Amino acid sequence: MAVQSNLKNMALCLSLVCLVCSALLGGVYAVTAEPIAQTNANLLKASIQAVLPQGGELSEAKTVEVDGTTYEYYESVADGVPVAYAVKSVTSGFGGALTLMVGVTPDGTIYNTSVLSHTETPGLGAKCTTDEGFMAQWKGFDPSQKILSVKKDGGDVDAITASTITSRAYTLAVKNACEAVKAIGGNDHE
Amino acid sequence: MTMSKFSIFTKGLVKENPTFVLLLGLCPTLATTTSAVNGLSMGLATLFVLVLSNMAISLVAPYTPDKVHIPVYIVVIATFVTLLQFLMQAYTPGIYATLGLFIPLIVVNCIVLGRAEAFASKNGVVDSALDGIGIGIGFTLALTVLGLVREILGSGSAFGWKLLPGDGMLAFVMAPGAFLCLGYLMVLFNKFLKKE
Repeated sequence: MAVQSNLKNMALCLSLVCLVCSALLGGVYAVTAEPIAQTNANLLKASIQAVLPQGGELSEAKTVEVDGTTYEYYESVADGVPVAYAVKSVTSGFGGALTLMVGVTPDGTIYNTSVLSHTETPGLGAKCTTDEGFMAQWKGFDPSQKILSVKKDGGDVDAITASTITSRAYTLAVKNACEAVKAIGGNDHE
Repeated sequence: MTMSKFSIFTKGLVKENPTFVLLLGLCPTLATTTSAVNGLSMGLATLFVLVLSNMAISLVAPYTPDKVHIPVYIVVIATFVTLLQFLMQAYTPGIYATLGLFIPLIVVNCIVLGRAEAFASKNGVVDSALDGIGIGIGFTLALTVLGLVREILGSGSAFGWKLLPGDGMLAFVMAPGAFLCLGYLMVLFNKFLKKE
């Protein structure tokens, strides 16, 4: 604190501090870049595998466009035929974006769903990641037999207690994913 | 300013506890203490930044022109926070996902800049490190206790272990419960402090 300030030493001091700090950060970034990429890739892979049937070779990320929205999806291919798709689907929930990974078989049946990220209310909407009844009902859900909307809106989806908005958002995300799979199937036949 | 090494360390725990006595850094305190584990992680993350930035600042302070000392401190603090962010993303992705936004916000946590300005800039490296550890542990304890109380009342569990069946009182997991708990804990804390 004893140093008198003048333009020269202020500029010099700030430049030096910034230089040292950026060098340090650059170094740490170089060391951690690979583990970070690895961790993120593992998380993504785990989330895809959680919603797809066992077996099958996982494809690289592909995209499909439905009504102006682009969906990222992954194909699980066995013997050259796609056996299931994992579609990343984003809707807005109660607290912000709700991102799901939805596994759908080519005939349109839902295999399983999982939440990639959410900002729902703890103890209410956030139960979409823990409520067993809510999560289990998606396994084998066939949109051609049942209606993809919550019971309050005349559909067949059991909503989470006191969290209709989250349940609606979740249902919409699943529905969008099914639409995306329809579009993928359509493209493949052409 | 002649304090024993021991009292530099202990004052942050009780007498100058950042949360219950100085009431600093309340934004992350209220937002991240939805459970004991979250509070503990946030406390440890802040402790890490606090100790390193205190040490670095005590080293550069004697050579820093007075007019740019705040920018210099902020750059130093931001560097350590970014470093922490990289490390957490790489090695503890689960905790990073939970705390998310509040890790970069440690940069503007007034406890960190407050200690830099009030202590580290006027003291040596060892004392500054001790001060950072003391204040950091005080902050961590406060956040863990607050998180624990909110978790027990709000979700009926402690450190993720289910104690009571059912959901508990949801309000305590949300923002109003944070204010209520903090208020009552402060009352208790100050009551015991006065007795001493």
